[in-house]
Amino acid sequence: MIVTSKESTPPLPPSPLEWVRKNLFSNWINALLTILGVTVVYFAVVNLATWALKTADWSPITAAPLLYLVGQYPREELWRAGVSMLMITFLVGMSWGVWKRYVRPFAIFLAILLGVLAIIPLETSTITLAIRVFMLINPILIYLGYRIGRLLPVHGSHVAALWLIVLLLIPLVILPGFTNSSLLPKVPTTVWGGLLITLLLSVGGIVLSFPFGVLLALGRRSSLPVVKWFSISFIELVRGVPLVTILFMFSVILALFLPTESRIDRVIRALMGIVFFSAAYTAENVRGGLQAIPPGQVEAAKALGLKNLHITSLIVLPQALRLVIPTIVGQFISLFKDTTLVYIVGINDLLGMGNAVLKLKPEFVRLQMEVYLFIALIFWIFSYFMSYASLQLEEALGVGER
Amino acid sequence: MSVNARSEDAMSDQVKADQPIIIARDVHKWFDNFQALKGISMEVKHGEVIVIFGPSGSGKSTFIRTLNRLEEHQRGTIIIDGIELSHDVRNIERVRSEIGMVFQQFNLFPHLTVLQNITLAPIWVRKWSKEKAEEVAMQLLERVGIPEQAQKFPGQLSGGQQQRVAIARALAMQPKIMLFDEPTSALDPEMIKEVLDVMVGLARSGMTMLVVTHEMGFARAVAHRMYFFDEGTIVESGTPDQIFKNPQENRTKLFLSQILEH
Repeated sequence: MIVTSKESTPPLPPSPLEWVRKNLFSNWINALLTILGVTVVYFAVVNLATWALKTADWSPITAAPLLYLVGQYPREELWRAGVSMLMITFLVGMSWGVWKRYVRPFAIFLAILLGVLAIIPLETSTITLAIRVFMLINPILIYLGYRIGRLLPVHGSHVAALWLIVLLLIPLVILPGFTNSSLLPKVPTTVWGGLLITLLLSVGGIVLSFPFGVLLALGRRSSLPVVKWFSISFIELVRGVPLVTILFMFSVILALFLPTESRIDRVIRALMGIVFFSAAYTAENVRGGLQAIPPGQVEAAKALGLKNLHITSLIVLPQALRLVIPTIVGQFISLFKDTTLVYIVGINDLLGMGNAVLKLKPEFVRLQMEVYLFIALIFWIFSYFMSYASLQLEEALGVGER
Repeated sequence: MSVNARSEDAMSDQVKADQPIIIARDVHKWFDNFQALKGISMEVKHGEVIVIFGPSGSGKSTFIRTLNRLEEHQRGTIIIDGIELSHDVRNIERVRSEIGMVFQQFNLFPHLTVLQNITLAPIWVRKWSKEKAEEVAMQLLERVGIPEQAQKFPGQLSGGQQQRVAIARALAMQPKIMLFDEPTSALDPEMIKEVLDVMVGLARSGMTMLVVTHEMGFARAVAHRMYFFDEGTIVESGTPDQIFKNPQENRTKLFLSQILEH
């Protein structure tokens, strides 16, 4: 190695003033564009802020915030939704403790959001002191979960198992309850609504359609003709039909074929439609990942004597799925927003609840802008965190990528 | 080293050593209408080192890939250590676990560490405990000279190091036969030697090896027999001495003069 006599140091980063001159005012066209852009942004922000704080009438939201969250879920049974939420926030805290920086921003944001919501001064009778206290417990539980995740020897797989248990317990036991039970009386899904339904359909849709889609993608490449042709026809049939049509088929036509007493719950029927639809798209996205794996990988695994099942599960799928994380998450974000379509089969999701609120009082009719903006904000927050989670996942799994 | 134990086994077992471990008779292979192998016959005894060379497209890679059934032959017979290769999947998996293979492009698993690459098959095919598999893997990494790279991912290694890991990965299954498919062709010149050194060591330890290569120095040093392939047939075979000093066929002479000029 030749060592140069002069030790060179990296150039200093430019001062803010230099940066501004170089990037925003380098020539007169850029200067003009900068001034124009700043003006537009300034007026947009100022006008939106004055509208939101002075002109806008947020009463459709403040009058019935619980409607947006849980719909008509009986208020005397509301504690069940509360317990579900506490379980989730606690697990968010534990995930933060175990997976550290990958979950940290999400956990902190959730804690702050719930804390702010608890103390926000809204003059409304529906947000009782009990609800405010409940909201405050959530950030505390997040912190508690974090400490437990940090201090106890909890492994990532334990937390994942807990998530699975909780995510099954909430929609199958806690919220629906049982007929003839005094502790958890039956609450039919006809009164469920709002964000609860939106989350149920999208989390359920994502969690169930993913393994289904992966199996279809593998089936499409199978050497067994029956498996292969079933997969291809399922994928192509479902992808060739709009989601609305599938939802109608499941909610109307399926009911026609089944006897009245064995009728499947309408939310489950909608969920089935969503799962079928999403699985077909997942399958095609995963297939893209499978095709990107060089054939040498499979050959090397075969040459070692590995069985096909092991080749697929240990060599091909881990690499293929890592490649398609961005596409799959993109697909799940659109699935999350597409769940609003269940409104047309009579299920009141978040958007449906907003429409219902607008019809509550005659003076609400002109307040569509406020309601839809509020709903859009909620959708945006969730979607943003899904794409954020996708980036974190890529980073966590990207170690040693070629 | 536990890997040597097996080759010593093979060496001491002199009675068995006279029996060919690989028998290929009249092997034919078509890719659609293109005939890649036109009746290849070869017998390899325990501990023999065979070098196969020839122009590209001559069928030499295809032939060694039929031996562990990465390619299916359509006519003829292949018997590996007494097991005939047929459509029986169980037989194929058994034969494959007895044959190690090293590829031109290494084909390491990029999502696994070096150690995981090596222990994968012993754990899932041989059902060894993780501890035992890792112990053997570390011995093998020692043997190929890169124990300090165990926790790295393949993408962080040089080509020569990757190929040495690939050799260790194949050896971890304690195979009776090792196949090398142009193991140095994808390497930068300065890394060829480190891989060839490992292969020479392996040959001297008594491993049965079939090597497709144009590294004639390697052939001279350790090969027992050499086969010259062209257009899907064996044109000529013999000891390295015969092939280098007194080739019988014009095609062999021409090819040797082309590759030895460099």
